[in-house]
Amino acid sequence: MLEIVTAERLVFSEDVDVVVAPGIEGELAVLPHHAPLLTVLKPGEIRFRQEGREGNLAVTGGFLEVMGEKVMVLADAAERAEEINEERAQEAVAKAQERLANRGDDVDLERVLQSLQRAQVRLKVARRKGRGEGAPSRRPE
Amino acid sequence: MPSLRQIRRRIRSVQNTAKVTKAMEMVAASKMRRAQQAVLAARPYAERLETLLTNLAAQERSENAPPLLQSRPVERIQVIHITPDRGLCGGLPSNINRATGQFILENEHPASIVTVGKKGRDFMVRASRDVLASFIEIGDRPKVEDILPISHLIIQSYTEGAVDQVFLAYSRFVNATLQQPVIRQLLPVQPAELAPHEQVGYIYEPSSRVVLEALLPRYVEMLVYHAVLENNASEQSARMVAMRNATDSAKDMMDELTLHMNKVRQEMITNELLDLVGGAAALEQ
Repeated sequence: MLEIVTAERLVFSEDVDVVVAPGIEGELAVLPHHAPLLTVLKPGEIRFRQEGREGNLAVTGGFLEVMGEKVMVLADAAERAEEINEERAQEAVAKAQERLANRGDDVDLERVLQSLQRAQVRLKVARRKGRGEGAPSRRPE
Repeated sequence: MPSLRQIRRRIRSVQNTAKVTKAMEMVAASKMRRAQQAVLAARPYAERLETLLTNLAAQERSENAPPLLQSRPVERIQVIHITPDRGLCGGLPSNINRATGQFILENEHPASIVTVGKKGRDFMVRASRDVLASFIEIGDRPKVEDILPISHLIIQSYTEGAVDQVFLAYSRFVNATLQQPVIRQLLPVQPAELAPHEQVGYIYEPSSRVVLEALLPRYVEMLVYHAVLENNASEQSARMVAMRNATDSAKDMMDELTLHMNKVRQEMITNELLDLVGGAAALEQ
């Protein structure tokens, strides 16, 4: 059982076979009968497999808890692949990169880097969705 | 006595007011439903976070607990005063204003105030209180991002030592007809006591300390967000009830005025008849 919640809503709640999440110390996979675990997540992609099918979501950090047969993700923000507007994500990446390239003294480097990372994650998740459904990706990577 | 025309004009004016209040009631009702759903949707996250925090805090209850957990001697307090932006919602703003005002007066320590919403800001400014910051126009559908500046400000002033205790004051949504002013301590965080059998031996990555330190700000954010949502649901339901009452009394007023108008009209007709009959009688003589 994988459940992903944010402060605003329940994003995802379904039975899955395996979960791969971006832990702060590296990516980790959770299979059934995992020991209780609590870890901090960094912005990244949560992938899961469900009866042979694969799916993914973007999270911008949060916590992951394994408890019994349930994986609970308390995300700061989370979006399912189909909710992500790819164009907007691309724009955000471009904007953040531009701000990074010619940054003045007033730019908060930490924040720009964070928003760049978030945008890249969303873009990655959005691009992967085409392949997950079996359709070949037309976009060269 | 007002003339027939005056009464008719008055009835029309009351009727228009009733139309406006009726519309406002329906708008508030639909907004209330949405606000209630938002409160419910936020619940799973809130409950889980609370449990995790309780679990973690039970392990880290030591001298070197993270600052947000550590209580220290109180010299200055801070109150986060959450109110609606708009009026026309019955006694809600004055209830929460009164509760917070009383709390500040009764507390022996000087208080700095952070207001959320225009009604609270205006009240505190009028009472010439020390308003540190005010946030307005958060909107009917607040997002977590909207309240982040508030929680950042609170955490900052607490960790810097500008204040030693932070309280959260808002209207709790009990049901559509009842909203309760609530004042609860926000910082230092007070985790609930945990029964031993409820404790879970988690593996922490990277360490329980790091997880706890990451969790605490989220917890504060969540509490503030929750209070804003509750306040919003309270505001909409209070407005709905206030507007329903206004519509009802407008209807009563219209009935009364119509009755009055009919009486006046009848009187006029009677008078005219009397005149006619009197005139005819005079002619016959």
